Amino acid sequence: MDTVTDPRTTYLSDFERAGKALPGLPELRRKAIEKFAERGFPTCREESWRFTDVTPIAEIPFKPAAGTANPNQFAGLANGALKACQITFVDGRFAPSFSSLDLPAGVGVTSVGEILKSAPGVLAPLLQIPDDPFAALNAAFFRDGAAIRIADGIRVERPIHILCLSSLHGEPYVLHPRTVISLGEGSRATVVMSFLGPSGGTYFLNAVTTVLLDPGASLDLTKVQRESQQAYHIERLDVRGARGSSFTHHSISLGARIARNDFNVSLEGEGAECSLYGLYEVAGAQHVDHHTSIDHLQPNCTSRELYKGVLDGRSRAVFDGRIMVRAGAQKTSAIQTNKNLLLSQDALVHTKPQLEIFANDVKCKHGATIGQLDEGVLFYLRSRGIGLADARRLLIHAFAGEIVDTVKTDAVRSQIGGCLALIAGGA
Amino acid sequence: MLEIKNLHATAGDKPVLQGLSLTVKAGEVVAIMGPNGSGKSTLAHVLSGRDGFKVTDGSVVYKGKDLLAMSPEDRAREGVFLAFQYPVEIPGVGNTYFLKNALNAIRKHRGQAELDAHEFLKLIKEKAKLVQISENLLSRPVNEGFSGGEKKRNEILQMAVLEPALAILDETDSGLDIDALRTVSDGVNSLRSKDRAMIVITHYQRLLSYIVPDKVHVLLGGKIVKSGGKELALELEQKGYAGFEAA
Repeated sequence: MDTVTDPRTTYLSDFERAGKALPGLPELRRKAIEKFAERGFPTCREESWRFTDVTPIAEIPFKPAAGTANPNQFAGLANGALKACQITFVDGRFAPSFSSLDLPAGVGVTSVGEILKSAPGVLAPLLQIPDDPFAALNAAFFRDGAAIRIADGIRVERPIHILCLSSLHGEPYVLHPRTVISLGEGSRATVVMSFLGPSGGTYFLNAVTTVLLDPGASLDLTKVQRESQQAYHIERLDVRGARGSSFTHHSISLGARIARNDFNVSLEGEGAECSLYGLYEVAGAQHVDHHTSIDHLQPNCTSRELYKGVLDGRSRAVFDGRIMVRAGAQKTSAIQTNKNLLLSQDALVHTKPQLEIFANDVKCKHGATIGQLDEGVLFYLRSRGIGLADARRLLIHAFAGEIVDTVKTDAVRSQIGGCLALIAGGA
Repeated sequence: MLEIKNLHATAGDKPVLQGLSLTVKAGEVVAIMGPNGSGKSTLAHVLSGRDGFKVTDGSVVYKGKDLLAMSPEDRAREGVFLAFQYPVEIPGVGNTYFLKNALNAIRKHRGQAELDAHEFLKLIKEKAKLVQISENLLSRPVNEGFSGGEKKRNEILQMAVLEPALAILDETDSGLDIDALRTVSDGVNSLRSKDRAMIVITHYQRLLSYIVPDKVHVLLGGKIVKSGGKELALELEQKGYAGFEAA
């Protein structure tokens, strides 16, 4: 055979072969795979994929994750500072022995896999299939993930940790985690999502996360992405915030060969607010892409967004931030900033802040910068006896610190600090 | 301590220093006076190792070593200190944290034990008192939002903490009102010692009423055209630099 195989085939034939065995929601899965078949992988000809080429993801014949023969390799990682309240997934499957779900009343943390077995119907309302081929693939194939439900009025002090560990396999594999976080009226919670994979692992993690905030609910969600440098990581996050709700998000992106994040926040009720922070540090041939969209639908909503990036080697970063202010969303306040620090001549960043405003009484501003380490400042530090490598590290830390300092969970903040030290040290 | 011979240097492509020779001994305070463009700041930059300046001829020997062959950080570790004319702001880097890193890099180079946070805090509070800098400036990012006077005082604080053998003060008086000038000068005077040499670079005589030099050199056209005692500064004040052009 001489013809080039259509990259969709891998997934279509997987679905053909094993789709029936997937737990729950057969109708939804069938619609989703049809959507994917019709849509296909995105190409650089599409505006939102202009600078992110997913050819490697399309062309590598990823097999469905089979799970590792040796989960105990992760015992150490599962035993971290956030283990007290933790739900762990190894290669996309719930790992009860690495999880600790001793929770206070009103807090439900369970695996999506369990729900699919017992009552898949409750997930259905959450599962509209967007016009997004990767989300469609996830909807067709997902089998597990974390489901968190906080009851009305419950305030959870201790961070809930969702730990996604991917093992090192001989063959490239794909997993489709599905996470659902739902907060009842006036409730409050902190959730940390960690994605970790050992170096050398080639896998494709295609995650979809849905967050629903009832009136007055407050969620602090931190994502720490430290996938294998050979891994491909995609996450789509959809957040719906009702009246007076508050959503704080951090995206700390350090790993993966290609990482793509699509974060969509809808401020659907009056007085809802969100703060989106991002820090990406990439080197070598890494590519990181953040597409964020904040939709102000109602009056008196506030959004703040600050993304910072440090790029070394031949790495690439994309920041595309869109803020929509709908007609009638008066007294909107929106600030968006993207700042980038290039450590190498060969690194490249595409930044595109966008405001679309259809209301007339709003306060909005946006801006982007791309710069290098200041030679004058480096000289000042060196003239005081601080060596060049240390001076660079000091300045990179200071740059990243503006984001790191806003992470409220101590254990996460110090973990990120440690990672940055290693990265800057190698620069 | 410092022996500069026939130094020629360019700033960018422009020749600035054109045969400057100067000797500074331990314990001496030496003033270098000159008008704008005479090469004062170039001299400070060349001695501290800043990029963008090229030495085309001559030599600088510091404590028996070739100073020009050393990196800026090694010069600092060997005891050379430049008080900047325009101290830079470093957002996100705390003043105390920065200075602790600097001191420990220098101590490490000297084979001394590094100071821990507690020991360093004690030291910096002591020195802050000495140079009359308010303690709240210690916890702020380096020079960020400091007034002109606070920036200059912060330079002197760094000097007090790092205890250099050779301090070069580049137009430390520029931008200071008379009160700030007095405070900064008091700080500098308190750091005079028989082991420490200072090169005080200035345009005006004014500073030298507060920091009284042992020697005064007049820099014109990239070389020293006249040398004398502290009274030379007063003579300059009366005659102006024009009187030396012909010399």
